[in-house]
Amino acid sequence: MPNLWILIIIGVVAVMGFVGARQRALSSGQGDIRNLHSLPSFYGTNAMLAGLIPSLVVLALWTAFQPLVIQSSVTHIIEADQELSDGQLSLAMTDVRRIATGLELAIETGRLDLNQVMDMRADVTDVRPLLGEMGVAVGSDVTPRDLDAAQRFVAMAQTGNLLKTVLVIALSVLGTAFAFVRTSAVFRARNAVERVTMALLIAAASIAILTTVGIVLSMIVNTVEFFRLYPATDFFFGTRWNGTSQLGVLPLLWGTLYISVIALIVAVPIGLFAAIYLSEYASPAVRSFAKPALEVLAGIPTIVYGLFALLTVGPFLLRVFGSGGTFGVDWMSGATAVITAGVVMGIMLIPFVSSLSDDIINAVPQAMRDGSLGLGATPSETIKQVVMPAALPGIVGAILLAASRAIGETMIVVLGAGAAARLSMNPFEAMTTVTTRIVSQLTGDADFTSAQALVAFALGMTLFVITLALNVFALYIVRKYREQYD
Amino acid sequence: MYDEPALESKVTNKDIKIAARNVQVFYGDTHAIKDVNVEIQDKTVTAFIGPSGCGKSTFLRCLNRMNDTIDICRVEGDILLDSEDIYDKRVDPVQLRAKVGMVFQKPNPFPKSIYDNVAYGPRIHGLAKNKSDLDEIVEKSLRRGAIWDEVKDRLHAPGTGLSGGQQQRLCIARAVATEPEVLLMDEPCSALDPIATGQVEELIDELRDSYSVVIVTHSMQQAARVSQKTAFFHLGNLVEYGETSQIFTNPVDSRTESYITGRIG
Ligand SMILES: Nc1ncnc2c1ncn2[C@@H]1O[C@H](COP(=O)(O)OP(=O)(O)OP(=O)(O)O)[C@@H](O)[C@H]1O
Ligand SMILES: [Mg+2]
Repeated sequence: MPNLWILIIIGVVAVMGFVGARQRALSSGQGDIRNLHSLPSFYGTNAMLAGLIPSLVVLALWTAFQPLVIQSSVTHIIEADQELSDGQLSLAMTDVRRIATGLELAIETGRLDLNQVMDMRADVTDVRPLLGEMGVAVGSDVTPRDLDAAQRFVAMAQTGNLLKTVLVIALSVLGTAFAFVRTSAVFRARNAVERVTMALLIAAASIAILTTVGIVLSMIVNTVEFFRLYPATDFFFGTRWNGTSQLGVLPLLWGTLYISVIALIVAVPIGLFAAIYLSEYASPAVRSFAKPALEVLAGIPTIVYGLFALLTVGPFLLRVFGSGGTFGVDWMSGATAVITAGVVMGIMLIPFVSSLSDDIINAVPQAMRDGSLGLGATPSETIKQVVMPAALPGIVGAILLAASRAIGETMIVVLGAGAAARLSMNPFEAMTTVTTRIVSQLTGDADFTSAQALVAFALGMTLFVITLALNVFALYIVRKYREQYD
Repeated sequence: MYDEPALESKVTNKDIKIAARNVQVFYGDTHAIKDVNVEIQDKTVTAFIGPSGCGKSTFLRCLNRMNDTIDICRVEGDILLDSEDIYDKRVDPVQLRAKVGMVFQKPNPFPKSIYDNVAYGPRIHGLAKNKSDLDEIVEKSLRRGAIWDEVKDRLHAPGTGLSGGQQQRLCIARAVATEPEVLLMDEPCSALDPIATGQVEELIDELRDSYSVVIVTHSMQQAARVSQKTAFFHLGNLVEYGETSQIFTNPVDSRTESYITGRIG
């Protein structure tokens, strides 16, 4: 039975459970709600959740793991025959899966029944035209081995699906029934629902945390693998990067930090001042127009900023600082440079900084401002001496968030900063960053097991550690200020 | 009243510090203050009394233009401070507020140390020549705010860490430190115990020597104790304004009498 049907059935059971338990609760309270421990809908919800949650969990897990189990057992059949390399094995498995899909379709459309499929033999029946009929084209004639494996595949999937259907529906019915039987005037359904709600919330939080842990672990595994192929000291302290034999991270880190710092130098003052203007000085009319306008900036995809860097800002800076330019200085030789990417990235971060700071500044109580203004302070004195100190922890947090974004930004750098890895102080030179190198290492034709590709994980890990440190630092600062003022 | 003719004539002959003429205040469409005329005398304590929501705070905030900070608030009519219209375009509200200080209904210490809270005004207006001068101002103000003994050992602890009543006295000290000519106090004692209330009332009495003080209060006893003039507000109208002794013993308007005797409120 397809999952959709199973879902519908357990949905119906749940609704019935809700209505039934609610009714039962009402009648056990002699029709008077005040005789019940909880409101009737809590009894209903309790029964509904008791049916839904276990069955949905089993359904999800089963659906996720069944293919894995089948896959590994079918792989054994193929491997029993002959020793295969990883590539060959995965090719063979693709074939088997296609054949199995065709066979399943044949059963579903009623062309064959399960027994006929199981009795099929490659030397007797010609499977290929049959599969063709089902819309599954197979490259060559089906070998007995492949058909065998496919039949195993189909058989296991069929039993698996049957078991799943039975188990899930049974769980749903049993759970609902259990909750229904427990329903009585003294049963604390409200507390039960509360516990389930808490469990759901905990589950959501754990999933979020576990995925993070999973990502980090997989990065660590690959990073360790990389360090087996390439010495860690050369990676961390190497000053040269060419993407193949020399994989020193320093030039990339330097580029990343240089561009981020320029971006923050552009974004923080402008964003912060814009936020102060909007929240402290602007009339409601101006604010109602300017705030959404700023937020539109935040919605522009970064690739568009990248184009802006490549086609507008870069050439403009070149005209100003290049040879024969406005200032008559010859500092810049190409449009792609650290300053181009930094400035454009700064522009990208302005709405980010300003809308976060605006929220934080608005959260400072009006009574603080009144107190200061009432003592004869000007608005700007009030902002500098009262509003800003009160908002500072939040603003530092916002700036560090912006820094994390700058460090992780890729597109603007690809188009604005060039691709040359170098360690230089000159902001008018092209440089490159960690993120863009990760992309280029993985989009090349290098084998995924080579040091050239695996270095991407080491780079990713480095970035992760840096942003993590930045966030921890942000938290530390925020805490410190909190202690001082609360 | 005839017992003290000398005092009576002294009070009435004092200069007029603030004069309000036909003042109307609107919050959007709400008409919060309706045609109020009042003359507040120098070196006098004036009490504003009236039921909750009648517009006492609103009118008080008009006197130092704190209502400017509320977008929807609109003030009409004239308010003269030393015969100068404070709503005139040439008047700088910032300087006005330095002259007309305010203690708010809810304590609002800055998230700074106790010392910095009190030193805030003097620093902004350059009232202290040097550090020891400033120390002196801070100590004097905290003493006047009746809180010096409680905080003298922790002047550099945050002002927000004080209790509600202590915070209110800190705010009073902060307002006094700026040496305003007029001090507006919106229910300064609503969070204070009887001892601190007594100290603040003493302060108010002392301030009267040099300043004009306007105090909003819900305590009839307090109004009677500290003020020489009393204004009774009701539903945005100034119902009655006169000598405190007369308002409390012999009110002209029946609404004033009902309020004072506790029948409306
Ligand atoms: N910021 C505001 N926006 C809109 N309406 C307001 C605002 N402040 C006060 N009002 C309205 O103005 C009227 C007078 O309020 P005000 O605060 O002056 O009363 P009050 O006499 O000080 O009362 P209380 O004794 O409770 O402090 C009330 O009806 C109130 O709802
Ligand atoms: Mg009030």
